[in-house]
Amino acid sequence: MSTSLQTLFIIGATSAIAEAAARRHAARGGRLHLAARNAERLESLARDLTIRGAAEVTWATFDAADFDRYPALLDAAWQQLGRVDAVLIAHGTLPEQRTCEADWRLARDALLVNGLSPMLLAQQVADKLAVQQGGVLAVISSVAGDRGRQSNYIYGAAKGGLTVFLQGLRNRYFAQGVKVLTVKPGFVDTPMTAAFAKGPLWASADGVAGDILAAMTRGRDVLYTPWFWRAIMLVIRSIPERVFKRLSL
Amino acid sequence: MKLSGWGRCPVVEAEMLAPDTLEAMRRRLTIASPVIARGLGRSYGDSALGPTVLSALRLDRLLAFDAVSGELECEAGVSLDTVLRVFVPRGWFLPVTPGTSFVTLGGAVASDVHGKNHHGAGSFSAHVLGLKILLGNGEVLDCDSSIHAELFRATCGGMGLTGIILAVRLRLVRIPSAWMRTTTLKAKNLDDALDLFEAGRDATYSVAWIDCLARGKHLGRSLLMLGEHDEGGSLRDAAGRARSLPFDFPAGLLNHYSIAAFNTLYYHRRLHRKTLGRSHFRPYFYPLDGIGNWNRMYGRPGFLQYQCALPSASGRMGMRRLLQTIAEAGEGSFLAVLKTFGPGNGNPLSFPLAGPTLALDFRNTPKVRQLLDRLDAIVLDHGGRLYLTKDARMSAATFKRSYPRWEEVAEVRARYHAERFGSLQSRRLEIP
Ligand SMILES: Cc1cc2nc3c(=O)[nH]c(=O)nc-3n(C[C@H](O)[C@H](O)[C@H](O)COP(=O)(O)OP(=O)(O)OC[C@H]3O[C@@H](n4cnc5c(N)ncnc54)[C@H](O)[C@@H]3O)c2cc1C
Ligand SMILES: NC(=O)c1ccc[n+]([C@@H]2O[C@H](COP(=O)([O-])OP(=O)(O)OC[C@H]3O[C@@H](n4cnc5c(N)ncnc54)[C@H](OP(=O)(O)O)[C@@H]3O)[C@@H](O)[C@H]2O)c1
Repeated sequence: MSTSLQTLFIIGATSAIAEAAARRHAARGGRLHLAARNAERLESLARDLTIRGAAEVTWATFDAADFDRYPALLDAAWQQLGRVDAVLIAHGTLPEQRTCEADWRLARDALLVNGLSPMLLAQQVADKLAVQQGGVLAVISSVAGDRGRQSNYIYGAAKGGLTVFLQGLRNRYFAQGVKVLTVKPGFVDTPMTAAFAKGPLWASADGVAGDILAAMTRGRDVLYTPWFWRAIMLVIRSIPERVFKRLSL
Repeated sequence: MKLSGWGRCPVVEAEMLAPDTLEAMRRRLTIASPVIARGLGRSYGDSALGPTVLSALRLDRLLAFDAVSGELECEAGVSLDTVLRVFVPRGWFLPVTPGTSFVTLGGAVASDVHGKNHHGAGSFSAHVLGLKILLGNGEVLDCDSSIHAELFRATCGGMGLTGIILAVRLRLVRIPSAWMRTTTLKAKNLDDALDLFEAGRDATYSVAWIDCLARGKHLGRSLLMLGEHDEGGSLRDAAGRARSLPFDFPAGLLNHYSIAAFNTLYYHRRLHRKTLGRSHFRPYFYPLDGIGNWNRMYGRPGFLQYQCALPSASGRMGMRRLLQTIAEAGEGSFLAVLKTFGPGNGNPLSFPLAGPTLALDFRNTPKVRQLLDRLDAIVLDHGGRLYLTKDARMSAATFKRSYPRWEEVAEVRARYHAERFGSLQSRRLEIP
């Protein structure tokens, strides 16, 4: 089924992937409400999107750790946009695995921003979409959530938990017309990965954003982006644990 | 990380940082010296290279647009491609554009780029209304042709040596459609080509492809292409199935492919002296942009792009000597791009000067480097100079002789705290 998405609410809107998605939506003349941490960047992003053709852009600040404010955040978005056709949850951090192992506070923060926060937001968003009898919710998880690996299992666990959560949410709200899309990007060249050496497997934020919007419009369930990650992760998942535990991945 | 210019030589180990706010930019600036700004890395040589490189690519927001005057303000990392994608459908176009859309506004200013309309429109800076620059001491200054004018003039064409350009304000021009009307003229030899440029002075856009293998009385044999924005046609940006003629390739950089096209058109199709055509603006201005990393065609050693400009008075003579030397050496690309520039401007390091300009590429070999040294001597003899944004090898002496106003840039650098800005190129050219 295909939907035409007019109003888009983005949480974590200053992420490179989210920003690219916002620009594509703006170019089609859509309306947007944006939430992110940094007011200065939100303001310039809103201006940018307006010049690019967005019909209307509003924004509010948001910190993932401030759970208490989630309901007010969502209320404000619904107030600005009226009916919300689509929501994209994009915020996240890529913590350093070894330092998280050594300091439980860092591990907790990573689990909070990448796991707990998007879960609680997704729950509340789905509920509001159900009330308005339909809508699309896309949440950025990661291929890292498909299998735990020694090099990033804390981030991977948060994303893996998120993926499972979204499976349940999709199932829970299916009858109410709420479509839930789990986005699993591979390597994307963004500020999050600025320190990594880039190779042929790397995708651009704009390419990934294009895939996300297309999958949202088509009402899909799970998106691997770029597409070849579906095959790569199929292989990774199929390696028996007794072999996998010996690998240095 | 390993970093190079578009010519893929030299390749150096560099740290590249991509701050996304002014604050972050400022913080980065204070921890390293020398630092140099970088856009999309479409300069060919070592001008956007150094141990620490500050990428402007995250400064990529549109800041303001006035739909009446066409005045647009953008952060410096916004690409020309983005400007076109957003504004062509609304009937606006870049006042000046180089042969690729994958350059940033900051890069376009820093190289003071020129296009096929230089004879009428001048170079990029003629259309820049103002700049916002981050100086070496962390201060941010607005400058234009009257406020901090010496900083403005030294920054336009200044190859990043005065500071980090944060934002650019320019005026777009109106276009009636996204399509171009083209006229292609056959030129028998160099004199014929230069005469045709003069006769075609009223054309908005003009450029020629020279066959570098032609010798003797055919020396300088070329196809001259004139262009106008078409009054009719849609404003759709997507080139779609644009039926553009293959000889609309203006860049002359795809030697091995384009020579075939050239020969086909010149001999076999018996192109009449004058042929009319129509093309979407994308293939017309940016024939290579669809090909991606065509610069890899030259393999590991990379390649050298050579572009010189000669003053009108000595231009014909100088061009003939250059073409002869290139044809005899048999080293250059098969095709070169020839154009006649209009008057230069008052910026101390801007490249264009009234007279012919020639651009071609070479494999990067020791023999070629010797040849290029010989070409340098011819260029200097005729009072010409080389384009800094394409250069990876000229000597400091050549630079200082051909850009006699380099000292003004050094003075501006001293006055505006630019000591920490430097590239491999500025070191090679000994710009203090
Ligand atoms: C296929 C092709 C065709 C071309 N055709 C033409 C042409 O027709 N006419 C023409 O004039 N040029 C042409 N060029 C050259 C190109 O336009 C210039 O090299 C341009 O400067 C590249 O912009 P960039 O963003 O890639 O900058 P970079 O290559 O990254 O940098 C170039 C210079 O600009 C400086 N710079 C970049 N950003 C900033 C900033 N924010 N603040 C301060 N300094 C900065 C750098 O320090 C460096 O000195 C062509 C290049 C290619 C690859
Ligand atoms: N890049 C990849 O290779 C890759 C791969 C798979 C999945 N992903 C996922 O894709 C999503 C987008 O990431 P990206 O690559 O676009 O990286 P990014 O540009 O670094 O974006 C991450 C965003 O998360 C925000 N954020 C972090 N902590 C926050 C907090 N406590 N409260 C509010 N916002 C917070 C950041 O806000 P500030 O701008 O204020 O810092 C930033 O905008 C993330 O969920 C990431 O896990 C990325």
